[in-house]
Amino acid sequence: MTNRNLLPLWEVFVRGRRGLDHIHVGSLHAYDAEQALEYARDAYTRRGEGASIWVVESRHITASQEADAESFYDPMDDKPYRHATYYKLPDAVDNM
Amino acid sequence: MAEASLESPQHRFDNRIEAEEKIEPKDWMPDGYRKNLIRQISQHAHSEVIGMQPEGNWLTRAPTLKRKCILLAKIQDEGGHGLYLYSAAETLGASREELVEALHTGHAKYASIFNYPTLTWADIGAIGWLVDGAAIVNQISLQSTSYGPYARAMVRICKEESFHQRQGYEIMVKLAEGNATQRAMAQDALDRWWWPSLMMFGPHDAESAHSAQSMRWKIKRQSNDDLRQKFVDQTVPQAEAIGLRIPDTKLVWNAARGHYDFGEIDWNEFNRVVSGNGLCNRQRLDHHKQAHEDGEWVRDALRAYAEKQA
Repeated sequence: MTNRNLLPLWEVFVRGRRGLDHIHVGSLHAYDAEQALEYARDAYTRRGEGASIWVVESRHITASQEADAESFYDPMDDKPYRHATYYKLPDAVDNM
Repeated sequence: MAEASLESPQHRFDNRIEAEEKIEPKDWMPDGYRKNLIRQISQHAHSEVIGMQPEGNWLTRAPTLKRKCILLAKIQDEGGHGLYLYSAAETLGASREELVEALHTGHAKYASIFNYPTLTWADIGAIGWLVDGAAIVNQISLQSTSYGPYARAMVRICKEESFHQRQGYEIMVKLAEGNATQRAMAQDALDRWWWPSLMMFGPHDAESAHSAQSMRWKIKRQSNDDLRQKFVDQTVPQAEAIGLRIPDTKLVWNAARGHYDFGEIDWNEFNRVVSGNGLCNRQRLDHHKQAHEDGEWVRDALRAYAEKQA
């Protein structure tokens, strides 16, 4: 099989409304960034889901490997004191 | 003519601010808005980073391994918060290098509170309880600031910061439950940190240089005095709950207002510290410059590696 006809893959991120983070919604093939944006508009925001779209060519995304999760995140697992609930407040203090 | 002005970038910007919509990095924005944000966000970032120093002073002397771990985790968070904020400032076109440069030359400020020394272990409790407490009051308000990246950084920071205040208060609780010397140590820390904590909210509204314009642009959402009042109201009962006395003879509950009345800040001290003559101003800046210089070889190595790969 040849890749001659395969256009590059793009990842699509959509912000539903101003002030929110862009969230990954899916991917698509397109010739260039401008075309990817237009396709993303057609494919992912047909019902007005988006106030803003980012497209990033998939090959530019470096992802952590879930298989390595145990060692990758291990240093974070034994630090319950990073959570507010670890600390007990006196009864007289209702919240903090 | 009316039609043209309705379509003007300024008009769109004004409408967005009016409608409580966020401004995002690629939107047109007035120069003053951009400058004002870079000033405020970078000052906020510098504060997170400089704030690591007074606490770092106690890392090796925290009383137990558990307290060392907690303090280390907190300081690590502050470094991370500095990063979120520098990144938000960078979306406005400021470079990290020029922001750090402005700090080193004194053009950019950081929270004056970090120019006070941490003399005892109780100071670490007081910082978490009062300084982080005051910062949280301010940052909760800033979650609804008009610039999107700044608002989102605030949401992330507030979420992570909830443990900072509690760990500090818990240190105070333990000391307050201890012997007479330990209670005195807690009271002494409260005595020294109370007024500087109130100063964190800045000058009175009428005298605040940037406040009015910042409020119009909705960069700031509540006034210095309103935020300060909120902090006093929430903190006084917390002091009472552990038998500590707020060092203010004018502090009294005002039932008619539904708030505590409190005494006047010593603005001479405020101005002295802001203008560089607090107890630790020079030390804090020198230390930051030194750390920055000491890290130069790491940045050099990264650049050399990047060039080799290219």
